[in-house]
Amino acid sequence: MANQAEATFEKQPMWSGGRSPFNVSYGKLMMWIFLLSDAFTFSSLLVQYGAQRFSNIETAVTTSWPDPASIFNHFPFMHGVHLPLLFVSVMTFILIVSSVTMVLAVEAGHRNSKKEVQKYMVYTIFGGIAFLSCQAWEWATFIHEGARLDSNFFGITEQGYKHLQSVSFSDHFEWADGDRTWGPVPFAALFFIVTGFHGFHVFSGVVINVVVYIMTVRGVFERRGHYEMIEKAGLYWHFVDLVWVFVFTFFYLI
Amino acid sequence: MSTAALHADEHHADHHHKESFISKYVFSMDHKMISKQFLITGIIMGTVGLIMSLLFRLQLAWPDEQFSFMETLLGKWAVDGKLDPNFYMGLVTIHGTIMVFYVLTAGLSGTFSNLLIPLQVGARDMASPFMNMLSYWFFFLSSVTLLISVFIETGPASGGWTVYPPLSALEKAMPGSGLGMTLWLSAIALFIISSLLGGINYISTVLNMRTKGMSMNRMPLTIWAFFFTAILGVLSFPVLLGAALFLIFDRSFGTSFYLSDIYLEGVGALENIGGSPVLYQHLFWFLGHPEVYIILMPALGITSEVISCNARKPIFGYTAMVISLLGISFLSFIVWGHHMFITGMNPFLGSVFMILTLIIAVPSAVKAFNYLTTLWKGNLRFTPAMLFSIGLVSFFISGGLTGIYLGNAALDIQLHDSYFVVAHFHLVMGSAAIFGMFAGIYHWFPKMYGRMLNNTLGYFHFWLTFISAYLVFFPMHFMGLAGVPRRYYQFTLVKEFDVWMDVNVLMTVGALIGGFAQLFFLYNFFYSIFRGKKATQNPWNSNSLEWSAPVERIHGNWPGEIPTVYRGPYEYSRPDRELDYFPQYEQDESAPEVLKTEKSKTSPAEKEEAESSVFFAAIKKVFGLS
Repeated sequence: MANQAEATFEKQPMWSGGRSPFNVSYGKLMMWIFLLSDAFTFSSLLVQYGAQRFSNIETAVTTSWPDPASIFNHFPFMHGVHLPLLFVSVMTFILIVSSVTMVLAVEAGHRNSKKEVQKYMVYTIFGGIAFLSCQAWEWATFIHEGARLDSNFFGITEQGYKHLQSVSFSDHFEWADGDRTWGPVPFAALFFIVTGFHGFHVFSGVVINVVVYIMTVRGVFERRGHYEMIEKAGLYWHFVDLVWVFVFTFFYLI
Repeated sequence: MSTAALHADEHHADHHHKESFISKYVFSMDHKMISKQFLITGIIMGTVGLIMSLLFRLQLAWPDEQFSFMETLLGKWAVDGKLDPNFYMGLVTIHGTIMVFYVLTAGLSGTFSNLLIPLQVGARDMASPFMNMLSYWFFFLSSVTLLISVFIETGPASGGWTVYPPLSALEKAMPGSGLGMTLWLSAIALFIISSLLGGINYISTVLNMRTKGMSMNRMPLTIWAFFFTAILGVLSFPVLLGAALFLIFDRSFGTSFYLSDIYLEGVGALENIGGSPVLYQHLFWFLGHPEVYIILMPALGITSEVISCNARKPIFGYTAMVISLLGISFLSFIVWGHHMFITGMNPFLGSVFMILTLIIAVPSAVKAFNYLTTLWKGNLRFTPAMLFSIGLVSFFISGGLTGIYLGNAALDIQLHDSYFVVAHFHLVMGSAAIFGMFAGIYHWFPKMYGRMLNNTLGYFHFWLTFISAYLVFFPMHFMGLAGVPRRYYQFTLVKEFDVWMDVNVLMTVGALIGGFAQLFFLYNFFYSIFRGKKATQNPWNSNSLEWSAPVERIHGNWPGEIPTVYRGPYEYSRPDRELDYFPQYEQDESAPEVLKTEKSKTSPAEKEEAESSVFFAAIKKVFGLS
């Protein structure tokens, strides 16, 4: 269909039929529409997060929403060291870099350079797998710390708040008795659902990337004469990356 | 012939070679076959939904009567022929779910979007036939899952088709809240996937696959309606998915997003704290309100086409029709709060939702008046399709007027959850949309099956259905105004409602007549598929592109090149023509200025300008400003 659009482009005005008005193939158009729809799915999840968070600002059992920096302060092999948000920054960096390699793969596809497409797709797939592994570690640590779907022990008492204030970056830190209390119930559940749903998208993206990588290796796109499939996978991958920016902001930064 | 067309022909010849029974009738990738699959599944689901409504109507009219056939039919749900209260709730819920999602969303939009989009815009098939096939089979699985839920021991989901928590979130809330609710959620998840696959396909096909000359402002109004419907579906169903995801966690994993401080008989206080069932309602109605337009708009599109064709007149105000569809689509996303006026919503927010809701009356009125002015002094042909379309206009007006009452936040205190609401949506969304669907079936049956439906049976079908619909739903207004709540099992148990018993009998008799009338349709439909009169190529002397395709259905729609379009779809009774119609695909020998203007537009400067402002150009084209 891309060929058709290009062939008739000269003769046809944009919207008068017989060609694609945006000069894109139907597959790419479908991907855009799907992403629009998926954006609404994530929006609905984040709207629920906002609603739950604001309705839990002050309840009988708790004072406020847990402070993410006091919870996500672990780093592999650095037990007991207070490193708030360092690990998740690394995760974010990995995902963004994998988007960059994806751009390079798409660009290489435009030049029909099979070798380079292969190389950058491998990098992208590795980035995706690395991100998922980091997320697994993050989840495991969080659960180990006591995160549960139906309760939340990350509320901070006044004593705990003072304790946290006295600790600076990379100091040794461990919660003392009486530092923590029961907090707003949906905190961990929201974290698991939303990051889990995003992680599922990353996983799907990795599967898609592996499929198009295999297709590249087998020379499917070379025979087809264009690497548009890489572009479509790229659109999805960037979208997943973009969503992570929002998830990261909502769950870690504010 | 362009290379693309050549390619498509090879493609199509290819298909002819290896078409087996399975690939032709079961896992078909031909949009015409898929539309028939949607239609027949929709008819089966519709029949099930109809029978359910008759069962609970019998209960409402004669609550103390014992119907022995009911025990035969329902077993333990109707011991001694008296309907079980829990199963009554289940019937109401599944009737609503089936009619809203399975008949009027998938059955209507699935059938006619699939049939008409490629044929009317001039495409060989949908943009992705494979995804189209998947869309049907997800819908099929979803239908089967929902029907299975009726047969399980604890009964189907029974919390109403809106499945509000806590009834839907607590497994112990009522019998249907257990496995029945789980199956309901699975069915809807499959349904959302199906509608997403379909919707993405419809939008891409309309945008990308139009034939030469088929500019946006030459598309039939059916296509416009399907196009906006698909956009609504693609953007609103994901929100329901998000709500369902949280609901599943509440049901099965101990979270309390939608639950808070609940005391359950025999269990005591539950551990859930901090959630809000109103949050679910917001998310549900963010889908739910666009959903009623997903149901109605295809019917409106079909009506535009049928009325214009059978009045032998151009549709009155083509551009106004498109803009009003656009207006309805846009507004439908920002009015969901009017379903929730009495949830304790801030009155200021309520007034915002109220004003936005009342604004919808404007585009709706534009549509209603345009239908009437199209009919005015038309050369009317009362085919069954035409009658059903006029019936739609009637329901659209009588049901739409009560929408203005219900949109009022103050009046809603009295009317909310009463029979007034039931009357309103059964007229404006239920009856109107089903009449649009019938109009579409009578009008395009020759295109689908190459045979004609019997007109006499069609007239019986129309008049009986039309009268019975008003018989059933009109008295409900008065019950609702008097404060009779919906979803009650037995009115004789409440003394104040005793006065309505005779009216209930009247409504049930009406429903039985309506159910009986559908037998005419079912007989007509299935008989005519095999034995109906053979159709000619253009039996209604219609202008639109689908009638240029041959009667025998081939994969690829047109044997040769796809016809080029030279004019809009509603040029009926032009004074300079001998025939009273002027097909879109017929070239005007005397005045080839259409081609000339097209050529003049290809100057490089203009092309560049169009390229630089894609969106602006689109708007200009759509509204015919260029």
